Amino acid sequence: MTDRRLSVGALARVEGEGALRIVVADRQVTAAELRIYEPPRFFEAFLRGRSYTEVSDITSRVCGICPVAYQTSAWNAVEDVCGVEPGQDIAALRRLLYCGEWISSHALHIYLLHAPDFLGLPDGIALANTRRDVVERGLRLKKAGNTILQTVGGRAIHPVNPRLGGFHRAPTVAELRALEGPLRQALEDALETVRWVSSFEFPDVEFDGELLAAHHPEHYAIENGQVATSGGLRFPAHRFPDHVVEHQVQHSTALHATLDGARYLTGPLARYSINSAQLSPMAKEAAAAAGLGTTCRNPYRSIVVRAVEAAYAVEEALRLIRAYRRPSRPYVEVPPVAGTGHGISEAPRGLLYHRYRLDADGVIESATIIPPTSQNQAAMEDDLRRTAAGNLHLDDAALTALCERTIRNHDPCISCAAHFLDLTVERL
Amino acid sequence: MTGTPSLAVFKFASCDGCQLTLLDCEDELLTLAGQVRIAHFTEASSQVLPGPYDIALVEGSITTAEDAERIRRVRDQCTTLVTVGACATAGGIQALRNGADIEEFRAVVYASPGYIDTLATSTPISAHVPVDLELRGCPIDRTQLLETISALLVGRRPDLPDTSVCTECKRRGLTCVTVAEAIPCLGPVTHAGCGALCPAVNRGCYGCFGPMTGANVPAMAERLREVGMRPRTVDLVLTTFNGSAFHTAVPITRTGHR
Repeated sequence: MTDRRLSVGALARVEGEGALRIVVADRQVTAAELRIYEPPRFFEAFLRGRSYTEVSDITSRVCGICPVAYQTSAWNAVEDVCGVEPGQDIAALRRLLYCGEWISSHALHIYLLHAPDFLGLPDGIALANTRRDVVERGLRLKKAGNTILQTVGGRAIHPVNPRLGGFHRAPTVAELRALEGPLRQALEDALETVRWVSSFEFPDVEFDGELLAAHHPEHYAIENGQVATSGGLRFPAHRFPDHVVEHQVQHSTALHATLDGARYLTGPLARYSINSAQLSPMAKEAAAAAGLGTTCRNPYRSIVVRAVEAAYAVEEALRLIRAYRRPSRPYVEVPPVAGTGHGISEAPRGLLYHRYRLDADGVIESATIIPPTSQNQAAMEDDLRRTAAGNLHLDDAALTALCERTIRNHDPCISCAAHFLDLTVERL
Repeated sequence: MTGTPSLAVFKFASCDGCQLTLLDCEDELLTLAGQVRIAHFTEASSQVLPGPYDIALVEGSITTAEDAERIRRVRDQCTTLVTVGACATAGGIQALRNGADIEEFRAVVYASPGYIDTLATSTPISAHVPVDLELRGCPIDRTQLLETISALLVGRRPDLPDTSVCTECKRRGLTCVTVAEAIPCLGPVTHAGCGALCPAVNRGCYGCFGPMTGANVPAMAERLREVGMRPRTVDLVLTTFNGSAFHTAVPITRTGHR
């Protein structure tokens, strides 16, 4: 048997620039690597010396798909240093904003990036050639999410209205009520999305490592919470560095995060498996009808989990809008305090951790950001290795395509990861 | 352009937000897909057709030696090259490395800095190859993107006003945040295109569209200091999202001469 080398020079339908490399020698997979060649942008370096009030505007620029995740984890960390909690009304508005990002990002991934894999198509446009109604439904759902981002955040990508302590301007009740019509349609669209994706064919595989997600005692965790694992660990954000360590491994130049020494997965499968009991009755019913149990470890089925989460986020947005009281002040003052703070939130693709050390004037002395894709790197490569090993009978083209799908299952955000991973610029 | 024009999207150092703006055209995307052949758009399609391309949208800045070569190959393959967003037009937020100690930056972020291939500067696309049109913003504005593509498809010049955010603010009937509340605002020197998003939420413009044509930045800096901004902060707000573009802007004098 001759050696086989498979490579994908530029992964398609993922955010950012990545490549795959699989080496098979003597019927053994000897290398399975997700290479990230996206150039580094040095956020953690140039954040030093900036004001604590700037972190959300600056770090949102890490990722155009999940800027609210960056803004939120940043506030959570800085407000943690300063010992400020902005109160219920502002917290509700932040959750609403984040729901907008979940809806928009999940709809994008489901319809334009992920579903084509299950249908054997190159992209969502090709799907529209035969099922325009389906793609239109996806785009309508995505737009509903963006409408929330625009109304609450002032802009869909890199929102301008959020600030440390709250918002520059709180939307009026009438402005939010105007979203109800599109969101009622979006709820129908999201539930139809769950039904549609549940009809796909799912290879029978399971991730066997630990799962890690934010957990909140009162609701399905999105914009804050503690850290929880499938093994039963619970710890606050400030203990994150005690459990999660980034280190180098021999076979790769990428930093891999481990949870108490083992590889782990964050993202929709982790969130669902840890928090599904907290979903709304409607979302639970949709999940059950789509064949999901109370946990899900099959990366291919992450598309179903995303659809369920999108439905939940639409329902949650409607609930928050109906309960909305315009805060008397759109933000609370956050006077600077010297110290270190930690913040987490659930980006659409997994838990995003920020840590800042501030001086007494609020100037940033150090910044650490651990994005979900960096945390999932080891799990994705393990998935890749097992997929390749289990499908060596396929020809190169089919095996390569399957390996690409394996990565897309995890909705990696490579622009995010690139800034925080070691990388080579080898283009295969 | 003969036959169906082809559209390509290329990414350099960036956050993906500007190319995402194309996918954010939810109402127009399928119509657009019927009018152009989307020949190269890695984020959205696994089908890559070979060049040449009629229209290329280029996102991101040049930060590696390899990308400096790649942009030349992209230029050779396309008829009209449009740079999209602050990274491509001005070097972007990652241009905050420019003038800093890049070796030290490498060591702060990466455990094994030796692996990191990077240039000491982040530079706009126009520093490397000729650019036909540029769309400003961090991120770009969806309406301006659609206007640009529509114009190119029929062979006219896109309508992209190069006046200031102030003109858009006035047109919306917003109260001036600087005059009314002494909130520092870069609107008077910032390129129009966003529709005055920040003043609309009672916030000063932070200049993410870069300088307007003829921006009088020294006068702006003086005004910012007058409303209480510290000199270092003035410098930072003018250099965060668009590299040195504000500092290299050339004011138009009162008589209209540059």
